[in-house]
Amino acid sequence: MFAYYLDLALRSLKRNKLLTALMVVAIGFGVAASMITYSVFRAVSGNPIPDKSAQLFTPQIDSWGPQQNLQGEPPEALNYVDAMALMRARAAKRQTLIYPVELSVLPGGNRDLPIKAEGYAVYGDFFPMFEVPFRYGSGWQAPQDQSRAPLVVLSEEFNRKLFGGADSVGRVIDLGGNEYRVAGVTRHWNPVPRFYGLFGSSGFEEPADFYIPFTRALDLKINTAGNNSCRGNIDMHGWDDWLRSNCVWITPWVELDTPAEVARYRSFLEGYAADQQRAGRFGWAPNVRLRDVMQWLAYEHVVPPESRISLMVALGFFLICLVNTVGLLLAKFMRRAGEIGVRRALGASRREIHVQFLIEAGTVGTAGGLLGLVLTAVGVSGVGLLFRPEIARLAHVDLSLVGLTLAVAIAATVVAAFYPTWRAAHVQPAWHLRSN
Amino acid sequence: MQIQPILAALRHHKAGTVLIALQIALTLAIVCNALFIIHQRVAHLSEPTGIDEANLFVIDNEWADRLSEQQIDAQMQADLAALRQLPGVRDAAPANSYPLRGGDWDDFITMTPDQVQKTTDAAVYLSDTHLIDTLGVKLVAGRNFRPDEIEPMGMREQKTPPVAIVTQALADKLYPDGSALGKPFYAMSKTPTTIIGIVRRLQRQEVGSWSRGYAYEAMLWPRRLDMQQGIYYIVRAKPGQLQTAMDEARKALFAQSRMRIIDPGDGVLSFAAIRHRAYDSDRGTAILMGIICAVLLVITGAGIVGLTSFWVGQRRKQIGIRRALGATRQDILRYFQTENFLIAGAGVVLGAILAVGLNLWMMRQLATDRMPLPYVLAGIVVLLLLGQGAVFTPALRASRVPPVEATRSV
Repeated sequence: MFAYYLDLALRSLKRNKLLTALMVVAIGFGVAASMITYSVFRAVSGNPIPDKSAQLFTPQIDSWGPQQNLQGEPPEALNYVDAMALMRARAAKRQTLIYPVELSVLPGGNRDLPIKAEGYAVYGDFFPMFEVPFRYGSGWQAPQDQSRAPLVVLSEEFNRKLFGGADSVGRVIDLGGNEYRVAGVTRHWNPVPRFYGLFGSSGFEEPADFYIPFTRALDLKINTAGNNSCRGNIDMHGWDDWLRSNCVWITPWVELDTPAEVARYRSFLEGYAADQQRAGRFGWAPNVRLRDVMQWLAYEHVVPPESRISLMVALGFFLICLVNTVGLLLAKFMRRAGEIGVRRALGASRREIHVQFLIEAGTVGTAGGLLGLVLTAVGVSGVGLLFRPEIARLAHVDLSLVGLTLAVAIAATVVAAFYPTWRAAHVQPAWHLRSN
Repeated sequence: MQIQPILAALRHHKAGTVLIALQIALTLAIVCNALFIIHQRVAHLSEPTGIDEANLFVIDNEWADRLSEQQIDAQMQADLAALRQLPGVRDAAPANSYPLRGGDWDDFITMTPDQVQKTTDAAVYLSDTHLIDTLGVKLVAGRNFRPDEIEPMGMREQKTPPVAIVTQALADKLYPDGSALGKPFYAMSKTPTTIIGIVRRLQRQEVGSWSRGYAYEAMLWPRRLDMQQGIYYIVRAKPGQLQTAMDEARKALFAQSRMRIIDPGDGVLSFAAIRHRAYDSDRGTAILMGIICAVLLVITGAGIVGLTSFWVGQRRKQIGIRRALGATRQDILRYFQTENFLIAGAGVVLGAILAVGLNLWMMRQLATDRMPLPYVLAGIVVLLLLGQGAVFTPALRASRVPPVEATRSV
């Protein structure tokens, strides 16, 4: 029966090519616009570390006070004093401080000019906390943090650039005029959005080149390549003044596995801020936050507004295409009232009329979906015209997007066909048999 | 023309009528919001920077080996001297940043050293006596820096200068009565900075929504920034020699020293490229909205053509009867046009409400601005015209139905 109805559908669609084409084009464009913008949106709004996002938290401490903070919210990073206090307290299972650094790599191998490398200064806990996968070697441990060891972990991409992809563990490289021994090489690892490094970046960069011990970076007075934000009168004459200042530039992350641990850490933060108030360092009541990965991404508005607007407008566009399809299907089906009357008179049930016309709608939906798929593929490859390059590069067509495009197109068209089909099934046979 | 019979006929086509009206309403809601977004983005990306963009380029120069601040200062001066001697170069200046670069250095400004809440926020440009000529900004009051006022400034050193040049926008914000020249302000410092010059217009480094309240508020400090991370060289080519100067400049710097990093890809950027990059999301959004608007109008128009054609087909007999009873072709044509006008009219009324609602929702969710009423009015006119245009062909076909049609059946 399905094959017969399909045949009927194709005949009917062929009868009025223009109307059919119009429906297919409307569905195709509607679904493609939605899918193109969705492919960008899902990339920028995704969970960068799905299995641990609820166990990773970034503590915030208001070190600026109610008159200078961010409209009641604490600053988005820590100053050096508070950051070191959190590390010393060791109140979480794992914890790290992070700041971005940029270092030069001197000529060597087949390069005759120095190049720039971008990385992060981190604690050893960074690697197990964020589940960084390793190709060779490993990260470092707490003793190396304490001994301020000159170690480095390279990314797979950077290792390829420097060592042609060979196992470089134990080799020594020069970064920014200082030597580091390679402790490990990661596999490709680039959580998007880069939740742990949002202070001074959009979160959508290429993978980092390297990671060095935070303690070592401080010894070498390596400046932050990210944001640095200060309040009040700044009396600063060099590195040590900067460390003592209220300037925030360090991002802390902690791992807390159970709700009890989270509650305990929260009260630890409150207690720390209260201690600072008692000591006279803060002239205000404790104002702290402890956000997990998804809360942090939402708070930082990581999803670019244009991505959200585009998705909303595209969905509105799709909705209009569907309303359009409802109207055209209605016209198409009702034009065949006579034919329906004959079928009903010859014994076809309403259910059979329903099935017949829904199959016809499904055929239109499939054709629209296929057109949509082509347009989506073209659109995603041209998405660089519409979004910043670093974001456009995240959009790609994969199997799930192909499936979704087809499923959405067919489902939407069939849903759009419900009303016209219902009308067709309720055609009064007698009325139509009387004329003609 | 009688409206009553048209309404009576529409009652027999409730579903189709509602669908066309709904489609027009939704289209109006989306199109006028999209037009508003396009207009805003285009206005934003056409804002002038106030500098001689056509002849400017920027070199992102990073130091490769670890140098002392004295060494950096010496190398920078040598680089600048070499750049300024190039035949294609008019002038060159060092700077911590440049307009449209994106987030960089800005300071809170207060009128007294003890004031806690800021008066405003100003972008900070650190450079020497050459910056004004290099950028091509116009000094409208006061004077440029003197060479003896320029001092080197190292990493994490806040050497707030005793004198600064400010933009007209900043001067007006600090001293609305126009008396800014010679007056002091405080830039996160206990010591005052005196305004010695005012430039007409200079864009900030950051032009995102965050800094909209401080647009064009910037100041120039007489400071050479000796930072390990590097420095920007802003270079103004002689008219028509931009490309030559860009090539010459890279070569000249590497001839000075090879221990530097100038990215082969975007280490030397013309200002046109900088502008293109700074506004790519604005331009992209405008393009996307434009495409969606255009396709939407086509699809809505085509939908009206389709449904009206169906109605014409259905009513051939009735049309024939009317023609047989003496209605002219003109009458039939006008009938369908009026019918469409009534449906579209209902649609745009609903659409106007939806459009304002959508705008309010976007204001809440996405912090966009309030859409001025003319956008809705323009949208209404566009959709009414679209409806009339779309209905014309089927209506014309209806008007050609011969009176003999009335006798065809039964």
